[in-house]
Amino acid sequence: MTTFLGMPHAPRGVGQLRGDEPFPAAADKALADRQLRRNLGHATATIRDKRARAVAEVADWEQLRLAGEAIKAATMARLGEHLIELEAAVTARGGHVHWARDAVEANRIVTDLVRATGATEVVKVKSMATQEIGLNEALESAGITAVETDLAELIVQLGHDKPSHILVPAIHRNRTEIRDIFLRHMPGVDPDLTDDPRRLAMAARAHLRAKFLTARVAISGANFAVAETGTVTVVESEGNGRMCLTLPDTLITVMGIEKVVPAWTDLEVFLQLLPRSSTGERMNPYTSTWTGVTPGDGPQEFHLVLLDNGRTAVLADEAGRSALHCIRCSACLNVCPVYERTGGHAYGSVYPGPIGAILSPQLTGIEDNASLPYASSLCGACYDVCPVRIDIPSILVHLRGEHVDARAQRALPSPEALAMAAAAWTMAGPRRFRLGERLLRLGRLLARGGRIRRLPPPLSAWTAARDLPEPPAQTFRQWWRTRPGDGRR
Amino acid sequence: MRVALFATCLADAMFPQAAQATVTLLERLGHDVVFPDAQTCCGQMHINTGYRRQARNLVRHHTDVFEPYDAIVAPSGSCVGSVRHQHAVIARGVGDERLADRAAQLATRTWELSEFLIDVLGVEDVGAYFPHRVTYHPTCHSLRMLRVGDKPLRLLRAVRGIDLVELPAADQCCGFGGTFALKNAGTSAAMLADKMGHVLATDAEVVTAGDASCLMHIGGGLSRLESAVRPLHLAEVLAATDGSRP
Amino acid sequence: MNARDEILSRIRTATGPSPVIRPVPRDYAVAGAHAPGAPELLDLLAERLRDYRATVHRCTPGDLDATLAEVTRGWRVAVPDSSAITVPGAVADRPALSHADLDGVDAVLTGCAAACADTGTIALDGGADQGRRALTLVPDRHVCVIHADQVVQTVPELLRRLDPRRPLTFISGPSATSDIELDRVEGVHGPRTLIAVVVGPAGTTGNNVHREQG
Repeated sequence: MTTFLGMPHAPRGVGQLRGDEPFPAAADKALADRQLRRNLGHATATIRDKRARAVAEVADWEQLRLAGEAIKAATMARLGEHLIELEAAVTARGGHVHWARDAVEANRIVTDLVRATGATEVVKVKSMATQEIGLNEALESAGITAVETDLAELIVQLGHDKPSHILVPAIHRNRTEIRDIFLRHMPGVDPDLTDDPRRLAMAARAHLRAKFLTARVAISGANFAVAETGTVTVVESEGNGRMCLTLPDTLITVMGIEKVVPAWTDLEVFLQLLPRSSTGERMNPYTSTWTGVTPGDGPQEFHLVLLDNGRTAVLADEAGRSALHCIRCSACLNVCPVYERTGGHAYGSVYPGPIGAILSPQLTGIEDNASLPYASSLCGACYDVCPVRIDIPSILVHLRGEHVDARAQRALPSPEALAMAAAAWTMAGPRRFRLGERLLRLGRLLARGGRIRRLPPPLSAWTAARDLPEPPAQTFRQWWRTRPGDGRR
Repeated sequence: MRVALFATCLADAMFPQAAQATVTLLERLGHDVVFPDAQTCCGQMHINTGYRRQARNLVRHHTDVFEPYDAIVAPSGSCVGSVRHQHAVIARGVGDERLADRAAQLATRTWELSEFLIDVLGVEDVGAYFPHRVTYHPTCHSLRMLRVGDKPLRLLRAVRGIDLVELPAADQCCGFGGTFALKNAGTSAAMLADKMGHVLATDAEVVTAGDASCLMHIGGGLSRLESAVRPLHLAEVLAATDGSRP
Repeated sequence: MNARDEILSRIRTATGPSPVIRPVPRDYAVAGAHAPGAPELLDLLAERLRDYRATVHRCTPGDLDATLAEVTRGWRVAVPDSSAITVPGAVADRPALSHADLDGVDAVLTGCAAACADTGTIALDGGADQGRRALTLVPDRHVCVIHADQVVQTVPELLRRLDPRRPLTFISGPSATSDIELDRVEGVHGPRTLIAVVVGPAGTTGNNVHREQG
């Protein structure tokens, strides 16, 4: 059950998997931002409806989900073999495969590869893995400029902001805010730019076009990589992915080791599940696949960097490892009532929302993201929409258990642990429970007009926004004993 | 049929009227209700807050108490959800395979009230009369853990005199989530505010649900707003026959 | 230990010596209700392409040349270096056109490897009538000819027709983004105009051919 000791987590001090403050504190700031809540409410409501319509069109959706879940589970069970097969297939087709134990090593590999080309600027396709490891910052410190080409990433990069969503990193910005960011930070932008989304997209096109046509090096992530053929896949919408994957001389792809799938036929499942779950489209506008190097077509130099960075630690926990099945669709974010209200920044990691709440603490070790497993009401909406059926609520509960166990070994019992122990003691038998109920009835002394309006900490968190009813004069079991003939059953 | 009432600790101590109504309702339908007096708590709060060791003891106690009975009914979706989907997992997690098997067996005989009425007893019209405007909140664990679907609504639609009005965005969580309401009080309160807005938009006199815990949350918020909307457990609506507002 | 060996060793430790591998249930639909090239599929493909803001023309094999000439009239058109699908005056990608050259043409005209009606997707595999990937990417308009026998119904049927060792591009409508308030807006970096010419036997061509202002 517990994480294998010695299996390294993602290292501290590099990348973006840890926040500056616990979730509740960060969430409270987000909750106070009314504009943010309006933006998030509008965007998540839009995408929820679109997804529901796109999924309703597919008669065999549940069969696809079951297949997707099973393919991922089978892949993880033989992960090493699949990676070796992938490596051989990519190498046979003229690609180069690199292995990176963690973020530091991956950043060094990519930096060295870019330096070897002599390029000082690279174009980037949106990639969660490179955000996770903080690659842009690493390149920058080596004097290499990374230009994000996905529209939302560009908005984030130009605004010196942080991504807040897996699919739409600028979901926290509305069109007017985006217009303002472009006007302030985009060189050569039309000063009469309006907030019409079409005009904004055209501004991004004009800004990036010259870069695409002259870029020598591109960096991407990967949605899937097929072990048997060595085929790498990027799923996208705008065509910035195609530009990066096609026009430069050198392509460097950074991919988490869990993204491998065994066979080409497995993609027939995921290419149905992903677009409908993600953007609510039948199919995303563009999907590119490439296998090593194709003479005369596309980059003639291809490097694939396989990244661990804590993934093997996740794999070691049988109860939590299905977090690695995630295909980064972000459906769980869009339906999550917590995410909808707090946005992604509150999670502190590049992986926000329900999937982030189970993935980030496992990648970093529970101590470094201890508040995330509690950032959920366990409502279960995430599990219902997950295209690969990750039982996120159960993993959240599991990680809470891991956290409580880890804390119990290290420190004096917290007030919460004492309260939980006291409650468990009280509930261990009916006599104690009756005693507890009698104590609870003392709460009647706090009540005014049938309700309790103020309680001391930690229960003051409840009474900040809610009343409690006055405890009843008679519990159920007391009532039951008053029934003729029922007293001793 | 002889039915063992699993009252739940919350209803027993704080909302006895929900458990009383369950007894009233089942007896009116001709069944023999017993209350195993040794019952305490299913351990859901401990499980969901991460206290697995203490939870294991509560799971064992719950299993010991209810194992002799053929049908166990609770007026709570989340407590039944815990028995059905968590108890065996907790036992197995601490290496107690025997308890896990016993808990899994018990889970197959444990029912949430609306499931029991429709799936086991096969009744939709329970003979209730409740001439009030009511809206129904389908609690998350009833909806997504137990998959009770429209069973509670079918029961409510058969109540005579009722003016049942649909709750907008009904499937959205009210923000309770057990200790979530304390640990993430701000987010919980934001979720609650939206839920109350939807409840108030229905102009209902009564908001009902299958879980006393979610009702305590929604009702606590409405009380703070000085709203006249009353939270009533589903069992209380289904038990009503005299037309008065309980 | 080098990184490769260390990661593989960690994986072995994590999954244990004999991990359980359960069979994958594959009872999802593979074949659609209609055989490849069925008239219903051509209609569905046209509808789904239009739904994602592609322009669709329908014609018979005998009308194809005239249709392409009409669609591309007045445009400077690039074509792959050895494509059977072409129009008079087209510029062949031989020797390979520079990125700037490609940026300067009005349109590119190609065939495709296969198409999927359910999703309105066209697949390119770098075949002789499609050319290298840059050719169908940089020009602002892409005119793509789809023959009836290339049209299948489902995604599995589509993938099973393709060779993953070739560089593949799946195209479902013109370039688009959902990055602003999660509303879909067409036309970003890829071709902003996608014109599909669906070629079917007489009686399947649906609507009349007319020139779209692209």
